[in-house]
Amino acid sequence: MQKRVVFQNRWLPYLLVAPQIVVTLVFFIWPAYQALETSFYIEDAFGFSRTFVGFENFTRLFNDAGYLRSFWTTLVFGLSVTVLSMSMALALAVAANRVIRSATTYRTFLIWPYAVAPALAGVLWFFMMNPSLGIVAYWLEAIWGYDWNHYVNGNQALLMVIIAAAWKQISYNFLFFLAGLQSIPKSLIEAAAIDGASPTRRFWTIVFPLLSPTTFFLLVVNLVYAFFDTFAIIHATTSGGPADATSILVYKVYSTGFVGQDYGSSAAQSVVLMALVIAMTFIQFRFIERKVQY
Amino acid sequence: MVENRPISQILTHVVLILGIVFLGFPVWMALVASTHPGEALAQSPIPMWFGDQGVANYTQLLTEGSPAVGGVALSTMLMNSLLMALGITFGKIAISLLSAYAIVYFRFPFRMLFFWLIFITLMLPVEVRILPTYDVVASLGMLNSYSGLIIPLIASATATFLFRQFFLTIPDELVEAARIDRAGPIRFFWDILLPLSKTNIAALFIILFIYGWNQYLWPFLITTDQDLYTIVMGIQRMVNVGEGLPIWHLTMGTAILAMLPPVLVVLAMQRLFVKGLVESEK
Amino acid sequence: MNMRHIATASAVSVLALSTAAAAQTEIEFWHAMGGQLGEQTDAFATEFNASQDQCVVNSVYQGNYTETMTAAIAAFRAGEQPQIVQVFEVGTATMMSAADNGAVYPVHQLMADQGIAFDEADYLPGVISYYSDTEGNLLSLPFNSSTPVMWVNLTLFEENGLEVPTTWDGVIEAARALKAAGVASPFGQGWQSWTMIENFSAWHDIQIGTNSNGFGGTDTELTINNPAVVAHIQRLADMAEEGLYTYGGRRGDSRPQFVNGEAAMWINSSAYFGGFVADIQDFEFTQVPMPIDTNVRAEPQNSIIGGATLWALRGHEDAEYACTAQFLNFLSDAERQADWAQSTGYVPITLAAAELMEERGFFAENPGTDVAITQLTLNQPTANSAGLRFGNFVQIRDVINEELEAVWSGTKTAEEAMNAAVERGNDLLRRFEAAN
Repeated sequence: MQKRVVFQNRWLPYLLVAPQIVVTLVFFIWPAYQALETSFYIEDAFGFSRTFVGFENFTRLFNDAGYLRSFWTTLVFGLSVTVLSMSMALALAVAANRVIRSATTYRTFLIWPYAVAPALAGVLWFFMMNPSLGIVAYWLEAIWGYDWNHYVNGNQALLMVIIAAAWKQISYNFLFFLAGLQSIPKSLIEAAAIDGASPTRRFWTIVFPLLSPTTFFLLVVNLVYAFFDTFAIIHATTSGGPADATSILVYKVYSTGFVGQDYGSSAAQSVVLMALVIAMTFIQFRFIERKVQY
Repeated sequence: MVENRPISQILTHVVLILGIVFLGFPVWMALVASTHPGEALAQSPIPMWFGDQGVANYTQLLTEGSPAVGGVALSTMLMNSLLMALGITFGKIAISLLSAYAIVYFRFPFRMLFFWLIFITLMLPVEVRILPTYDVVASLGMLNSYSGLIIPLIASATATFLFRQFFLTIPDELVEAARIDRAGPIRFFWDILLPLSKTNIAALFIILFIYGWNQYLWPFLITTDQDLYTIVMGIQRMVNVGEGLPIWHLTMGTAILAMLPPVLVVLAMQRLFVKGLVESEK
Repeated sequence: MNMRHIATASAVSVLALSTAAAAQTEIEFWHAMGGQLGEQTDAFATEFNASQDQCVVNSVYQGNYTETMTAAIAAFRAGEQPQIVQVFEVGTATMMSAADNGAVYPVHQLMADQGIAFDEADYLPGVISYYSDTEGNLLSLPFNSSTPVMWVNLTLFEENGLEVPTTWDGVIEAARALKAAGVASPFGQGWQSWTMIENFSAWHDIQIGTNSNGFGGTDTELTINNPAVVAHIQRLADMAEEGLYTYGGRRGDSRPQFVNGEAAMWINSSAYFGGFVADIQDFEFTQVPMPIDTNVRAEPQNSIIGGATLWALRGHEDAEYACTAQFLNFLSDAERQADWAQSTGYVPITLAAAELMEERGFFAENPGTDVAITQLTLNQPTANSAGLRFGNFVQIRDVINEELEAVWSGTKTAEEAMNAAVERGNDLLRRFEAAN
């Protein structure tokens, strides 16, 4: 899509795009190239020497049980966050779509967590689930006699960060589901009701299929969120532990590079992640109908 | 008519209220914890209702901070967060408006190349290129500075595409009219395009402000000077105290103060926020 | 007074002010001491600043040990390094290789250049050996050093009429008796690689890695899959099986086990003293030397330290190094070290500080507080017990932690785990060797 009518100017357009392009080149493209280059070297911590090693960083990475485990952790984490937050959001959106009065009030109380930083979401749940003080840990112990200690138990630690990450994302999913529901023509649902379809049946046969573009869009967005934006949750609470139970890929890039000072391996992981983001962005644009035509 | 049986009506409200409780409960606990003295949070079960130390705790946090983690006053951190968030927001909006304008209203060599360069930033979140970006900022001497906190984050494909999208919907007649009036491209941008974009800018402002305020990894990496700590990254220090236990009442007070500004922005400008969110994702 | 005089006078005072300001040299001191320790560390800087008017030390908490070291290295790469940074003992090899490349200003040289009297012989030998180069020159200044001891709940032992054990067989026996008496999990430990492998080895004079535990060069290999260590880990695994020992996390996470009286014997750093004094009211506790495995050795050798030292980094002005040297000298002063050791449980790093504590009657009033020093100075350190210097050791400890956790959860035997730890650890050592 293009404008038919445009201005003519030899230098002005370059001036206009310059700030954006400069920032992009200096802080995005150049570092990305640097990551690519560094991934073929190994380097000492202080940066005194570097040795070219070809693809060694990559081959090591994919022979490292820890890295492969991190892939698995990321997948479990990402899918759990997505399913959990999307299903809760859908339930809330369906409910909110049914109330006529006080709908705005409900919406107000449901959207604010979007504004809470992931790091803070992590810290809030970290406090709630603290084994010695947290109210949730206390209830688990008092009511079911369940011993909660995410400092020791990796699965519990993973569950904690999943809940924190999902909690923050519910508002976002809720808003999109609600918008999706509101765009479904009432007449369709009424027609089905006249045909005698039960509310549950109506939901699964009419509403849910009509929501599928929204659902698919949210699926991708949530996975991207869980894979990349949840670094802060992990870093501020579990630091990837215990053992490496919550060490998702983005956390591993950081810990290998900044904590382990293994720049080559960290760069190789960056390259792997970039490939992953490119693939996900591709899916997002290829398969999701967007208004923007590229 | 779709039937509205009382039972299903009640169920609907129950679901919504449960949702609200689930979302609100962690904040409730944090708020309650922040009003108690440290000793009240030493053993389980911790109080569920407010204590009487709220004013004292928040005063301490705002004026001197938590001594156990270096004692940086939260007022300093809040100010830094605000400057960073506003810097990022205005920066993103300004450069995106300009580049979208150039791409929509001009034909020039390499136009599509620029377009794709901007597009690529979508695929390079800071988390995946941490080390080299740090190195670039370091070599530009921007560590421990506001410019270092802000400038590397102001490129925005999303905002550029949003404005591009909006500009494309503006009737061509306006440009023609401007031409007849002998108005140049800058006049047109300033007098016609910008006023028309007001709502879009406002909606985007909210989303970007939240984005900027909530930055974590980037300030964490490039600030080693306590005077430049932002509040969202500052809380990490309070949670990870090594061998010791976090000082929970102060940590939770910090969490509340850190989330308050963006949450208030969302609540106060709900309509614009929803518009911004939905449109920026399209 | 005429105008001219006033002008001159004010010019002079302005000049005086500005020279006073110029004379104040600022230095950055990055540390990893949070909580009460952090407050005390900052207080040292404040005290130093007040004690003279030439130097201002800016004491900044940079997060935990890993974060502080990371921040300093990143800052060094960016040319923004602090003058002094606190680095934990496992970062030593990385810092040493940096010293070879001229990133580090060795403390002995710094002191000599600044004309401050400095004698390595004033320091505890067990502390000094860890941080010296092959010629015995001290590279970084020990600040907070501790060593693992066995913390004992005396009340539980007395109530059950038990003797505090000195051998591992004795530990098992006591643990069984305590278990029978209703103690939840009588034995516990923390910082497992440091206490159960590194110090177990030094204590029994067993090599941890070839090439003098890495002191001799980066071409070193781990040897922690030797029969003595494997047997020890298997013993712990068996104790866990029997319910005598519960694993409680990688660092000090198991501390509540001891504080709540669930564990009666807990092996971890002597530096828990300060916190225990504050937190434990319900029972009597003390520290005793780590138990010995009589199958391996009849008498213990010596233990090795943990904790952190202060490294001076290059790339600053001479005036700043003058201040750096003065501040380091100030910190190692007997009075300050004794205060620090008494309130925290860290080992006094100089002999003078230890003597001062003795004079003050601290050891007599707090039985057990001298155990750490005794352990460290028990014998002249051997090549196996002087400490260790492995590159990438932060990650190697993680590997060891993972493998040990596999043992505690029952998925691997001690031998399998130690073999895997050696193999994976050596891989990291090779990588460090290649990078440096």
